[in-house]
Amino acid sequence: MSNEVEEIVTHTIAVLVDNESGVLARVIGLFSGRGYNIESLTVAEVDPAEKLSRITLVTSGTPMVIEQIKAQLGRLVPVHKVRDLTVDGPSVSRELALVKVVGSGEKRVESLRIADIFRANVVDSTNESFVFEIVGKTDKLDAFIALMEPLGLVDVSRTGVAAIARGTGSI
Amino acid sequence: MSMDRMNGAQMVLKALAEQGVEVIFGYPGGAVLPIYDAIFQQNQIKHVLVRHEQAAVHAAEGYARSTGKVGCVLVTSGPGATNAVTGLLDAMMDSIPIVCLTGQVPTHLIGNDAFQEADTTGITRPCTKHNYLVKKTDDLGRVMHEAFHVARSGRPGPVVVDLPKDVLMKEGEYTPAARVKHKTYKPQVKADRAALEEALDLIANAKKPIFYTGGGVVNSGPAACQLLTQLVRMTGYPITQTLMGLGAYPASDPQHLGMLGMHGTYEANWAMHDCDVMICIGARFDDRVTGRLDAFSPGSKKIQIDIDPSSINKNVRVDVPVVGDVAHALEDLIKLYKARQIRPDASALKDWWTQIEEWRAVDCLKFNQDGKIIKPQYAIQRLYELTKGRETYITTEVGQHQMWAAQHYKFERPNQWMTSGGLGTMGYGFPAAIGVQMAHPDALVVDVSGEASFMMNMQELGTAIQYRLPVKVFILNNQYMGMVRQWQELLHGGRYSESYSEALPDFVKLAEAFGAHGIVADDAATLDEQIKEMIEIDKPVIFDCRVDASENCFPMIPSGAPHNQILLGPPGEDNDAIGDEGKVLV
Ligand SMILES: Cc1cc2nc3c(=O)[nH]c(=O)nc-3n(C[C@H](O)[C@H](O)[C@H](O)COP(=O)(O)OP(=O)(O)OC[C@H]3O[C@@H](n4cnc5c(N)ncnc54)[C@H](O)[C@@H]3O)c2cc1C
Ligand SMILES: Cc1ncc(C[n+]2csc(CCOP(=O)(O)OP(=O)(O)O)c2C)c(N)n1
Ligand SMILES: [Mg+2]
Repeated sequence: MSNEVEEIVTHTIAVLVDNESGVLARVIGLFSGRGYNIESLTVAEVDPAEKLSRITLVTSGTPMVIEQIKAQLGRLVPVHKVRDLTVDGPSVSRELALVKVVGSGEKRVESLRIADIFRANVVDSTNESFVFEIVGKTDKLDAFIALMEPLGLVDVSRTGVAAIARGTGSI
Repeated sequence: MSMDRMNGAQMVLKALAEQGVEVIFGYPGGAVLPIYDAIFQQNQIKHVLVRHEQAAVHAAEGYARSTGKVGCVLVTSGPGATNAVTGLLDAMMDSIPIVCLTGQVPTHLIGNDAFQEADTTGITRPCTKHNYLVKKTDDLGRVMHEAFHVARSGRPGPVVVDLPKDVLMKEGEYTPAARVKHKTYKPQVKADRAALEEALDLIANAKKPIFYTGGGVVNSGPAACQLLTQLVRMTGYPITQTLMGLGAYPASDPQHLGMLGMHGTYEANWAMHDCDVMICIGARFDDRVTGRLDAFSPGSKKIQIDIDPSSINKNVRVDVPVVGDVAHALEDLIKLYKARQIRPDASALKDWWTQIEEWRAVDCLKFNQDGKIIKPQYAIQRLYELTKGRETYITTEVGQHQMWAAQHYKFERPNQWMTSGGLGTMGYGFPAAIGVQMAHPDALVVDVSGEASFMMNMQELGTAIQYRLPVKVFILNNQYMGMVRQWQELLHGGRYSESYSEALPDFVKLAEAFGAHGIVADDAATLDEQIKEMIEIDKPVIFDCRVDASENCFPMIPSGAPHNQILLGPPGEDNDAIGDEGKVLV
C-alpha cells in the first residue's frame, strides 16, 4: 500500500512453543527474513513436564504487518499458541534491569536518592559503584536509566519484557 | 516389541512404505550409504537416480503435483543438501508437498566442519515448511511420520529430515504411523459458518462479480475443483485463474476469462479492475497478479478463502476472510447457497457479461501466423490441438515460452499443468516432466521449454534414458533469453546485454548422444507432421522448434501499473509505459 500512510503501532505478543532446539532460530529468522522489528524478546521454559517455552515479543509495525506477524508465527510447526496481549484484553508487563553506576560524592548520593524514588534495590556496591536492580514497565526503566546517565552510568543489562493477561484466563 | 527393533536406515524405508511412497528421487553419497544399502535390500520402493540433486526435488515436485501425493527425495550431506535448496524453495513458494531426506555427518562430528558437513537445518529453515535434525534412532520413526503429516496437511510444502549417519546405523525402536500424535500442527480445515454467511451476502447481491481462483484449489484436490465448477456454474459469474490455478476450472468453458495478471488476458484484468465483488479462492494476491497495489480493483468488496491465515490480508485488505480448506468451504457454501435459494441479479449480470464480451472481443491473444517462420504462439496452439485428445501433462521452464503455454494451451482438468510460479526456476520443467512420467507411465508428458532454460538441467536426459521415460522437450527456440530480452526492450532501451543465446548446441546431436531422438522444426507448414512424429516416438525427444526470435509476450501489465493500463502490444516510442517506480520492481 505504497501511498497510504498507516500508523505504526507497538504490540506485545506471547507465543507458546515446544522447547526444542532451533525454535528460537525459527522465530528470529522469521523476523529478520521478513523485515519485521523486534523491540524485545524473552524466552524461558514455563512447563517442564510438557517441554513448553513461552516467548514474549514486543514488536512494532502497521496494523497489517502486526496481523502478518501473528499469522506467520502461528504457521510455525512448533508453535502451540499466539496471543496478542495488546488487543486481547488488559495485561501486565514487566521488565527487569541491572544498572551499574560508577561515581563518588554528590553524584553517588544522587543516584541512591533516585533509586529510592524508583524503588530500585542495590544488589552490589563498592566504594565507587552501585548495581541497581529495577523492575517495572519498559518506560519506567527507560526513565530510570536516563536519569542515571549523567550520574556515571557505565553498564545496563535488561531482561526484555515479560507479559501476561490480567484476570483468570491463560494463554 | 522386538519386531520393531531395527537400524535407522531400515526405519527410514519402513516409514516410507507405511506412508505409501512408491518412488523416491535421489543421489547417493557417503552420509546416506546406509539408506542406499537398505534400498538395495527391498523392492517395494523404487529409487530413481537423477543426475543432479536440484533435479531430484523438481522431479518429486512434478510427481507430487500430478498425483496429489507427497513427493520424496533422498540426497547426501553437504553438497547434496545444498544442491537441493533451489528445489526446496521452489516447492515452498508453490505449496508442493515434499519430504526430502538429507544425509548428515555423525552426531559427534556435527559442528566440527567435518567432511561434507553443512548446517542443513540452518540453510533450509527459510525454504522449508519445517525441518528436523534427528539425533536419536528411537525418534526416527516418529519424525518421519510427522514430516509426511506436515508436508501434506494444511498448506502443503517441503519438509527436510536431516539424518546423521550414526543415527542411521544404530539400532532402535520403530514407531509406526498409528502411534504418532501430532501435537501442534492442526490447520483449520472447516470454515467458520458466520464468515461463509457473510460471504454469501456479498455473493448474492453482486452486480459485477468475479471469481479469482488459484493454486489452492488444485492443492485442495479434485473434489475442490468439481465444487468450484459447480458453484461457478450455479452463479453464472465469470472466473479467472492464476498461473498456478490453471486447470482447476476448464479453460474452454465460456465463463472462463483465461489467466489474469501480468500476462493475463485483457478481459480478465479489466474484469478484476472493474468488479464490485471479488471471490478469491486459494489464491494469494501475488504481485504478478495485483499489479500496482493502490490501484488494484479499487471499487470491490473482497472475499478470500484460504487455509493459511498468513495469505489473508498480506498484500490486499479483504472484507470477508474465510480460513479453511477450499473443498470444505465450497461444500458448505454451496449448501448454504441452495438453502437460501439465492438468485443472482439477472439483469445486472447481463450488463456485466455484455461489458465482458466487449473486452473479450479485443481478442488479446491473437497473433499472425503467416509464412514459413513459426510463431511461438502458433507452436503452442498446434501442440494443444494435436495432444488435447490424450492424457497429456504439460510442464514448463521459465520465460516467454511459459507464458505462451499458459495463454494458449487450454487446461481442462487439474494436476495436468506443472510450472514454477512463485520462484520462477529455470530448469524446473524437464526434471518435473520426469517425475510426472514416473507417476503416469502411459501418458504423454511434454516440457514446454526455452533453449536457455533447458540447458539448466539437461543432464537429466541421462535419467530419462535410464528409466525409459519418453518425455518430450518442446523447445521454443528463439535464440534469446526471451523474457529478459523483452524487459530489456521495454525498460533498457533495447540494449540486449547478455541475453543472446550464444553457442547453442545442435539439439538433435545432443539428443542422439544420450540415446534420445532429436527433431528440428523451422517451417510452419510441416510443424503438425513433426509434432505428430514427436508424439509417436516411444523415447525421450528433444524438439528444437525454431521460432520467430523477435516475438514478445502480450498482453502485459508493465510492472508498477494497474490492471487497466494493460498493454496489448509494444508501447509507442513516445509512450513510456513503465515509470521509474515500476522500473525498480521485478
Ligand atoms: C515469468 C513469470 C510470469 C508470471 N506471470 C503471471 C501472471 O501473469 N499471472 C499469474 O497469475 N501468475 C503469474 N506468475 C506466477 C506468480 O508469480 C505466482 O506464482 C502466482 O500468481 C501465484 O498463484 P496463486 O495466487 O494461485 O497462489 P499459489 O502460490 O498457488 O498459492 C496457493 C494459495 O492457496 C492456499 N491454499 C493451499 N492449499 C489450500 C487449501 N487446501 N485450501 C485453501 N487454500 C489453500 C495457500 O495458502 C496459498 O495462499 C508468473 C510467474 C513467472 C515465473
Ligand atoms: C535459475 C534462473 N536464473 C535466471 C532467471 C531469470 N530469467 C527469467 S526468464 C529468463 C530467460 C529464459 O530464457 P529461455 O529459457 O530461452 O526462455 P524464453 O524466455 O526465451 O522463452 C531468465 C534468464 C530465472 N528465472 N531462473
Ligand atoms: Mg529463449
